[in-house]
Amino acid sequence: MQFDMPSLIPVLPEAFIATMACVVLVVDLFLKQEQRIVTYSIAQFSLLMAVLITMATSTGDSQIVFHGSVIRDTMSDVLKVAICIVTAGAFLYAKDYLRDRDLFKGEFYVLSLFAVLGMMIMVSANSFLTVYLGLELLALSLYALVAFDNNSGLGSEAAMKYFVLGALASGMLLYGISMIYGATGSIEFQPVAEALVSTGMNNTVLVFGLVFLVIGLAFKFGAVPFHMWVPDVYQGAPTAVVLFLGSAPKIAAFALAMRLLVDGLGSLHADWQGMLAILAVLSMAVGNVIAIAQTNIKRMLAYSTISHVGFILVGILAGTSKGYTAAMFYSIVYAVMAVGAFGIVVLLSRKGFEAEQLSDYKGLNDRNPWFAAMMLLIMFSMAGVPPTVGFFAKLFVLEAVVSIDMVWLALVGVAFSIIGAYYYLRIVKLMYFDKPEDQEPLTAGMDTRIALSVNGLAMLVLGMFPGGLLSVCAAAFS
Amino acid sequence: MIALSDYLILGAILFSISLAGIFLNRKNVIILLMCIELMLLAVNMNFIAFSHFHGDTIGQVFVFFILTVAAAEAAIGLAILVVLFRNRLTINVEDIDTLKG
Repeated sequence: MQFDMPSLIPVLPEAFIATMACVVLVVDLFLKQEQRIVTYSIAQFSLLMAVLITMATSTGDSQIVFHGSVIRDTMSDVLKVAICIVTAGAFLYAKDYLRDRDLFKGEFYVLSLFAVLGMMIMVSANSFLTVYLGLELLALSLYALVAFDNNSGLGSEAAMKYFVLGALASGMLLYGISMIYGATGSIEFQPVAEALVSTGMNNTVLVFGLVFLVIGLAFKFGAVPFHMWVPDVYQGAPTAVVLFLGSAPKIAAFALAMRLLVDGLGSLHADWQGMLAILAVLSMAVGNVIAIAQTNIKRMLAYSTISHVGFILVGILAGTSKGYTAAMFYSIVYAVMAVGAFGIVVLLSRKGFEAEQLSDYKGLNDRNPWFAAMMLLIMFSMAGVPPTVGFFAKLFVLEAVVSIDMVWLALVGVAFSIIGAYYYLRIVKLMYFDKPEDQEPLTAGMDTRIALSVNGLAMLVLGMFPGGLLSVCAAAFS
Repeated sequence: MIALSDYLILGAILFSISLAGIFLNRKNVIILLMCIELMLLAVNMNFIAFSHFHGDTIGQVFVFFILTVAAAEAAIGLAILVVLFRNRLTINVEDIDTLKG
């Protein structure tokens, strides 16, 4: 058991984020409320540095360190960079919101940085133990963040629901892991995969393990029928927290599925493919249909998340490198879209007013044509209208599933996307064709405005040139 | 000699009790927290049984990690419970129904 220096280099990004989270925790103690911007700056600086460190220490091939617990490969590098960038965006949008509501505290950044650390560990995990620890670090930080506004009844109710269902999901996942450990005698992915090749599926313990593992995964993803917590958490939590919770963890959830199902249980692909197909079809159906009935935009975006999760699952269940690439592309694009959409919600909110109802978006074009256009781009991208990037994300997933002769699944996906287009386009209709009910000017600062413009235009630019991001994703599975 | 399957059945029974507790309980949130703890203990039972019958220690190491995380989880759960009680003055599961749709 030697801890020589070279084996620490691959985990440098995680080590850095862990250190900086502790630095933020301590530095924040010595700051007055009006100096809180320092905490924010350190948090942003750590995310930026983590991106640079990840890029600088990236070698392009896969290294397994810490006696098989941690893997560093191209997929983990790309996902870590994406997680840090999306989180930095969420911090930026959240700053003014938190300040206006007396929530601008160091704890927000400490908890978020620990959540980022949890996601990075999950992305780099090579054993069931590492996956579990990363997942819990993420989940425990998010439970606390949802209850962050501790005078809000809705926030604490959402946190309680999230906690109970999240803990239930962890329990299911662990039960599945214990069964797989029993059937294979190992908790590292490579030995598990080798043992499975020799034993196959004719083992009751293994069947139990796989089923519980997939259920736990579906809970964490928020896939139907395990989606009950998603709308409540999105509605109840402060919008600044939803910004973070609704974006980067989707990338981590994709990584979780890839590590568990593909790296660990890849040889059981034929068995989990059917389960994921059921989850995917139900998610796309329920998510898109129930979203139509919502009047609260955060709740509507929650159901839209559920439907997008369906698409990510479709990509994963294809089981080919083309499918994995498409799912990875989809999850990164979705995280950027989600952070932009909630960014607009934050932009329209101000002290004492939450722009949560769909009617608050009426006539946005008359109030501020530029941000109405940004929201238009984000909504088009979510609906999958070309030439925005959401269209290509859906296209790649459907291509992957057609190429394995599951045309029916592609047809189901297209049908529910068309149903889903209704509620995205309804927002566009409210913004452009209705009279504004609320004439207050937008109060957001210049940094938020610039970042939101970049975010909105990125939908268009990535849509016109999807090749760059796609080749980055494809490199992870070559 | 107690067979491996006996331990697994015990684990499954404990797991089922905790699941039933989470879904049937309509009274008190604290009972939910107890059920969650029981669920993790059922998992620990499985791990230790497998670890013993495989003759390797990694399963027992896993149990230590689960116990540690369960302690942290209970702390967060109780903290959320306190916040919930301060805002609502109740911890009855049936009263926690403002968010729906």
